Amino acid sequence: MSAMIPDNEADMTDAAKSPVPLLEVRDLTIQVATASGGKTVLDGISFSLMPNEVLCLAGESGSGKSLTAMAIMGLLPKPAARITAGQILLAGRDLVDLSETEYRKLRATRVAMIFQEPMTSLNPVMTIGEQITEVLVAHQDISAAEASKAALELLTEVRMSSPERRLKQYPHELSGGMRQRVVIAIALACQPDVLIADEPTTALDVTVQAEILDLIAKLQERAGTAVIMITHDMGVVAEIADRVIVMRAGKQMETSPVRQLFANPSTQYTRELLAAVPRLGSVAASLEAHELANTATVVEVNDLSVRFPVRGGLLNRVQQNVHAVEKVSFSINAGETLALVGESGSGKSTIGKALMSLLPFDGEIRINGRATRGLSRRSLQVVRRDVQMIFQDPYASLDPRMMVGDQVAEPLIVHGLASGTELSDRVAWLFKRVGLPLDAMRRHPHEFSGGQRQRVCIARALALNPKLIVADECVSALDVSVQAQVLELLRELQEDEGLSYLFISHDMAVVEQVSDRVAVLYAGQVVETGPASAVLGNPRHAYTQRLLSAVPIPDPEHQRVPFVRSTEDIVSVMHAVGTAPEQQLLQNHGRNHWSAREAG
Amino acid sequence: MSREALSVQEAASESRSPGVFRQLLERPGSAFGLVLIAAIVICALTASYITPYDPNDQPFDGLTIEGAPIAPNAEHWMGTDLLGRDLLSRLIVGAQTSLIIGVVANGLSAILGTLVGVTAGYFGGLSAVVLMRFTDLMMAFPALLLAIVLAAIFEPSLWIVAMVIAMVNWVQMARVVYTETRSLTERDFIQAQISMGSGPLRVLFRHVLPHLLSSIVVFSTLGISTTVLLEATLSYLGVGVQPPTPSWGNIIFENQTYFSSAPWLVFIPGVAILLMALAFNLVGDALRDILDPTLKGRHG
Repeated sequence: MSAMIPDNEADMTDAAKSPVPLLEVRDLTIQVATASGGKTVLDGISFSLMPNEVLCLAGESGSGKSLTAMAIMGLLPKPAARITAGQILLAGRDLVDLSETEYRKLRATRVAMIFQEPMTSLNPVMTIGEQITEVLVAHQDISAAEASKAALELLTEVRMSSPERRLKQYPHELSGGMRQRVVIAIALACQPDVLIADEPTTALDVTVQAEILDLIAKLQERAGTAVIMITHDMGVVAEIADRVIVMRAGKQMETSPVRQLFANPSTQYTRELLAAVPRLGSVAASLEAHELANTATVVEVNDLSVRFPVRGGLLNRVQQNVHAVEKVSFSINAGETLALVGESGSGKSTIGKALMSLLPFDGEIRINGRATRGLSRRSLQVVRRDVQMIFQDPYASLDPRMMVGDQVAEPLIVHGLASGTELSDRVAWLFKRVGLPLDAMRRHPHEFSGGQRQRVCIARALALNPKLIVADECVSALDVSVQAQVLELLRELQEDEGLSYLFISHDMAVVEQVSDRVAVLYAGQVVETGPASAVLGNPRHAYTQRLLSAVPIPDPEHQRVPFVRSTEDIVSVMHAVGTAPEQQLLQNHGRNHWSAREAG
Repeated sequence: MSREALSVQEAASESRSPGVFRQLLERPGSAFGLVLIAAIVICALTASYITPYDPNDQPFDGLTIEGAPIAPNAEHWMGTDLLGRDLLSRLIVGAQTSLIIGVVANGLSAILGTLVGVTAGYFGGLSAVVLMRFTDLMMAFPALLLAIVLAAIFEPSLWIVAMVIAMVNWVQMARVVYTETRSLTERDFIQAQISMGSGPLRVLFRHVLPHLLSSIVVFSTLGISTTVLLEATLSYLGVGVQPPTPSWGNIIFENQTYFSSAPWLVFIPGVAILLMALAFNLVGDALRDILDPTLKGRHG
């Protein structure tokens, strides 16, 4: 096969400086085997990747973006999925019918891939150094000593703090961001021509995401690697892409340069997709004024602390405590939404669990006036009618073996609130309430889409007529368009039933949309709290400011200030037995806007 | 109503599925398994009527002139054993012992192991420490020693053997069930159940046990062939069924010295054990799939 292919039908764009594409995908079609024959899941995808270009594959779940990446890497799960038509040309060479042995030589050296979850893509029982040198030795003719020198250089290149020490560490000793740096270092070890990054920042906190995106952009610029970035986040797209392919249900909807896509999308779908993206700063101040004068307090939390003991030593005694939550106080009124924001490990989910009495805690939690600490299971039953929870992953929070109708009925049965036809009427009403068809009651969770499953979870939470719903990242696992619908449902329920929400989220734009008040958590303590407009519009604490500035803005014209973060890790929440971290003192900025005084 | 709400896939929306037994018969694998189990059960129940010879009779013409067992022929379909007894008759009567061992011993150990594992896994804390340490202790205890002790206390019988096997085998089951329960308990849907106020029994029986079914089925059916042979060992030590009462295990034991000259004596009862284990495994496997709604419509 000749490398000289006439390029007249390939879409040549302005992004290309050199006319020869590095990677060309032509008419790629993939089918998966199902009981009723082959089903086309990727339908005629064509694009070309120029050297030095960042191409984003954007789309919602099931759009086939990861499948495209797998096909290029030769990692399709055969024989379940196979390429039925099309070509994948890497520098003119077709990869579709390459043998596994041939492919292996290509991976890492020509095409490399970064996966979403850095913890699972690293081997937990090998040191970082071993994992990097392993790739080098496998693909390059170098000695072990040279390889470990190269590994050190790579770690320095991905801007890892104290790289010498990291070489000897294991993945669990590193933070998520550092792990992803290691994964990037491994991917870049053999200087591939093409780097495929499949949602590389989705599992990371926003501030870490900003750093990793920076890093990928810098490395790409320097080495001239072409990058295919797969993401569902239009903010990330705007930040990093040169060109964008919007995909939907296996079809290529639109291919345009990034500015054109955002300024002037050519398809209806792209317009809808962009419209559904929650944007920080888009909520008009008048809209969220939503006055809640003199309503009853539903939840009162005073000095809530949660500690997890860390045992160790010869006698397995408690040596340290993880201070997951440290003296947190807040209250929520009827019909109000309080958002807890913060990065992973800041203790926001732990607070939610404490509210649900799912773990032991210190301090006081009063739900509807009733203190919940130390109650027996029987007395807790009464409290639990008032507070229910919606989890992040609706699939994981439903019993996969049980029909969803039965699951929604369960709380009613457990609390002895209904039986017989009354029960089925009540369940039917709940299904209607959350916008699900009645015949859905007899189905199992796997037969629904993500958004529908979350509706089932909401129906189950509503069954007991609670006053408060703890929503723990309840839309983070959903596609943006579905996310908007679920948020709308939650808002509607709040209006009709006067529900209060404790809305736990890391997504600032969503928080701005739904919340009346916000509390920012850092290392288990509240560092800033107040009305949503004040905290998000006029952040006082440095951490809140950093958090907000890290949020990717879905607008390519918007230039984010380069993100600088001190190299030291996040404040540790581990403290020796008997000691406690310094209590953050809050100062008032008026209108109930409080923030912690900063040290120094 | 939203767009997505209407697009629920229609594939598995048929109402009630047919009865479990019907479904077992519809699958070729499990139908075969059911037939095999039925055959073994019938043999065991009607043994005294259908055996062509007395299984313990040692007729003069049961051996060759040289005193060797007779190979399978028209008179003795499966030949005769080292004492000239009809192998087919012994196999049919032996089905009684082996079936009891296979079903009762494994069933008992499955129940015991599941109970211990689930309790320790779900409640954790002190109960887990106590139960799992005890499990480890039992795991380290030699099975034969335990059997001999029990035999010394009680009168040797088939039931003692079943008890001993159950007491030896439950530990593996307990370990497997324990780890699975631990990880299940941390899953969101169990947390959701607890947070809506469901009591421990409800959570365990309605939400934890159904998920353990596949491990329990696989573990207990895989145990069948080993336990049938273990019974032979125990009987040999004088704990279990006493000669001349046959069991599939002891037919193999008695005749293994003749393996090179009369291979059928070991081969045929071996195949019988294999078929029994296979039959339960096929049925158990199918049962697991039928009871799992997430697999509905996916089997070939």
